[in-house]
Amino acid sequence: MLFLPELTVLGAGLVLFVISLGKPAAGTSKNVATALAALLVATSLLSLQSTGDLFSSAYRVDFFSQLCKVLLAVGTLVVLLVSGDGIKEENLPEYYLFMFVAVLGLMMLISSVELVAIFVSLELSSFAVYIMVPMRANSTGAGRQFEAGMKYLLFGVVATGVMLFGMSYLFGLTGTTSLATLTERLPEMFNRPAAVVAMAMVLAGFFYKLAIFPLHFWVPDVYEGAANETTAFIATIPKLAAVALLIRLVSMMDSHGDMLVNALMVCAVLSMFYGNLSALAQTDIKRILGFSGISHAGFALVGILTFQHIGYSTALFYIFGYLAMNLICFLVICTVASNGRNLEIADFTGMHKRAPLLALALAVGLFALAGIPPFVGFTGKLLVLLEALRQGHLLLVIFAAINTAIAIYYYLSIVRLTFCSDPEGRGTVTASPSVNLLAILLILVIIWMGVMPKTFLALTSAAVSAIL
Amino acid sequence: MDQLLLHSGFPILSVLIFLPLIGALVLLFVNNEDRCRSLALLFTGLTALLSLQLLFNFDRGTSKFQFAEHRPWLETFNINYTLGVDGISILLVLLTTLIMPFCVLASWSYIKTRVQPFMICLLVMETAMVGVFVALDFVLFYILWEAMLIPMYLLIGIWGGPRKVYASIKFFLYTLAGSVLLLVAIIWLYTTNNASFFIPDMMWQNYPLNAQILIFLAFFLAFAIKVPMFPFHTWLPAAHVEAPTAGSVILASILLKMGTYGFLRFALPITPEATVVMLPYVLWLSIAGIIYGGLTALAQSDMKKLIAYSSVGHMGFVTLGIFVLNIDGVEGAILQMVNHGVTTGALFLCVGMIYERTHSRELQKATGLGKYMPIFITYLAFFSLSSFGFPGTNSFVGEFMILAGAFQFGTANGGFPYLALAAIPGAVLAAAYMLRMLQKIVWGGTNNPDQSWITDLNRREIITLAPFLLFVFWIGLAPQPFLDLMHTSVTNLLQQFHAYTLQTVATSGPVF
Repeated sequence: MLFLPELTVLGAGLVLFVISLGKPAAGTSKNVATALAALLVATSLLSLQSTGDLFSSAYRVDFFSQLCKVLLAVGTLVVLLVSGDGIKEENLPEYYLFMFVAVLGLMMLISSVELVAIFVSLELSSFAVYIMVPMRANSTGAGRQFEAGMKYLLFGVVATGVMLFGMSYLFGLTGTTSLATLTERLPEMFNRPAAVVAMAMVLAGFFYKLAIFPLHFWVPDVYEGAANETTAFIATIPKLAAVALLIRLVSMMDSHGDMLVNALMVCAVLSMFYGNLSALAQTDIKRILGFSGISHAGFALVGILTFQHIGYSTALFYIFGYLAMNLICFLVICTVASNGRNLEIADFTGMHKRAPLLALALAVGLFALAGIPPFVGFTGKLLVLLEALRQGHLLLVIFAAINTAIAIYYYLSIVRLTFCSDPEGRGTVTASPSVNLLAILLILVIIWMGVMPKTFLALTSAAVSAIL
Repeated sequence: MDQLLLHSGFPILSVLIFLPLIGALVLLFVNNEDRCRSLALLFTGLTALLSLQLLFNFDRGTSKFQFAEHRPWLETFNINYTLGVDGISILLVLLTTLIMPFCVLASWSYIKTRVQPFMICLLVMETAMVGVFVALDFVLFYILWEAMLIPMYLLIGIWGGPRKVYASIKFFLYTLAGSVLLLVAIIWLYTTNNASFFIPDMMWQNYPLNAQILIFLAFFLAFAIKVPMFPFHTWLPAAHVEAPTAGSVILASILLKMGTYGFLRFALPITPEATVVMLPYVLWLSIAGIIYGGLTALAQSDMKKLIAYSSVGHMGFVTLGIFVLNIDGVEGAILQMVNHGVTTGALFLCVGMIYERTHSRELQKATGLGKYMPIFITYLAFFSLSSFGFPGTNSFVGEFMILAGAFQFGTANGGFPYLALAAIPGAVLAAAYMLRMLQKIVWGGTNNPDQSWITDLNRREIITLAPFLLFVFWIGLAPQPFLDLMHTSVTNLLQQFHAYTLQTVATSGPVF
């Protein structure tokens, strides 16, 4: 059954729709959604090995797409498990409904190998997320969620509009919308400006999802305005899908586009510098993670722009690691902000006394994001830079290394408050056993991926082989 | 791979790396504070005992890497888990493993809160430190080199003094910023060396001079900050002063040695030509460190700060010895690394013992202790004498060899030994600041605070300091066994170095 994960998530959406019609008891909708997400993980694992084409070859099921779907499902499950009280209880069924619709769109996106299919699935996921942003309870959002929702919607629509425009150019140049045929016809046209412009415009849509400079500007306000759990979702799940599809798109150009390599390189470097330098000045934890996400997207792009098999697999490895690192940070954020409010970094003061395990989890997540070994952030960074330098991008690697040094400051300033200061009257934070267990699991995954990247790299490498 | 003498049977180096880590994992599940202390002592002690096996089975006649282990780690990128020790690293490995049990002992009553995480940090530190000295794969080295920052940051940041936040952040940022370009250099070396991270493979290659200079600068920034060389030393006094006793001892005895070890292991063999070009600058920076460290130490009223600045001076001697590039200089430098580890480590322990009693590091509050702490003062006197290189103690041998090397370097081509002469005042300054401190602590003056309530050392403290004293005199009176350990490796290193530079000078003319 090639379509099983997608059908599961669609079914999950329908179940939640039915629940939203009635008045469910408190906690019901979250439990149901969690159970459905667990089911989704199971079905996507079941269909991990399946391959095949669907819908007149517009939809490809291969190891690449299936691996990413597993990760999407796992990520969604984690987001559901950590989510706190940012959404009003009566809105929860709809909220989870839209979350599942977004996941459906992203799963379809990963498997799409045809321009129109790509556009439709991207819009499906985007519109669901546009609605999730303003659904934050007004008691904590204080109106900012509407501003965030509007910004996300307007910019997002423009970005996808640009992408659609680019796709029309591609169709005009090659007479096809299927990626497979494009791969054959496009390389010979890569000396034509029209092809480069078209490609750049198509990429813009994904850069928007991935928050790469210069399409990053929505990030801080949307991260800040959305509920903590929504931000956790936006910061991880769509980025994974965007990287996956970016790899699919870029790999069809091979290394024929020098101009494109340079453009991507400029985007990567500017993303890193912009993200890290802006994060230095922030005090809201979600804004910090938003800016740090921009710089991390830049790092992932470094792997992609090598135009090599190894580069793609390390980029995929990097984004898997990023998923784990970000989720553990949001786990702590959602638990500490028990009433769903926004957290300043000062709210983590003395966490090592208030909640030792969460403090440890936050430190592991932040050190990993900063790229300190033995965590996955370092390993991913090392492998990405290795491949980049092997392709001769020395300057790019030096810029990336300098960024590591800049970034450590703001990560460390959070760790500093967590470990080196006293609670000053802030109360203890209690986490449920399941959250504690999840924190331990994520710590182990982050260390395991960092120290023993072999298994994961073999997986991502096999996945990339499936699309090349 | 022919530089490796693969070790069959008991993987001793892996055991030395992972035993403390296993200890840390065990400690995670222990809640009783006293049991944490005993277990930490047990694991560090066991590691120390096992490490003696290196000493007994070390082949002094070869410069190859012994007890070597080689396992693939990540084949796609040819990253391996390769370990080995040679004459340059064996003393440093032993220094690390032997000092750690005393760090645990020194924290026995000093650390009163959150004993369990403290001991875990100490054990994780030990894993990383031993690993840095035995790693022969550059990625493995870099991972351990950086990973070390986290436990050290926590040691200072959580259990440190009043300005711990400032000190720990400065330590972390400084050392991390220094080593990010090291990573770029490592990757560059990897790509130019047929995709190999094996450190001996990178040595003595004909890299172009401008590339060598850039790599040397990346190395220099990372290692000079760690040493720390003047003017990169500013993190050191802050970190030393605020760290708990065990943290100060680890910093002084082991962490600082990683910088000088890095110069010997990487800078000399990988970038020999650049070393020759940069030589004058490094040498005069060393001299500056010696004089500056001495003068600044003279003006301190905080005992830990005084010893911290004295470290800047002593480490200046070590870098001086390394970069005069002759047998006496380099062997003296390695010996001086060990000496500094023993003596300064012991001095920090002594200051820690005063601090536990008076809760102050101020020299003014510790005057006139001689009457009430005779055993302590005996120890302190010997360590102070050792610190400024009194004949018969360990530092005398090291400094003497380094100065002898510096004289040879100056007179080698019929020149005048400016360098050695410039270093001499450093030795005098050392005597001045150490004797000043000793005089005040033992006798003080008419304004001594009332110290009559202070008790002398207890049995644990006497046991903690005794081995340090043993090594002060052992190395001071019979240094030959220590020099024998390193002789073959150092000779081989310098022979290859001079052969390489002679050859390049012959083919491309003088480089400077």
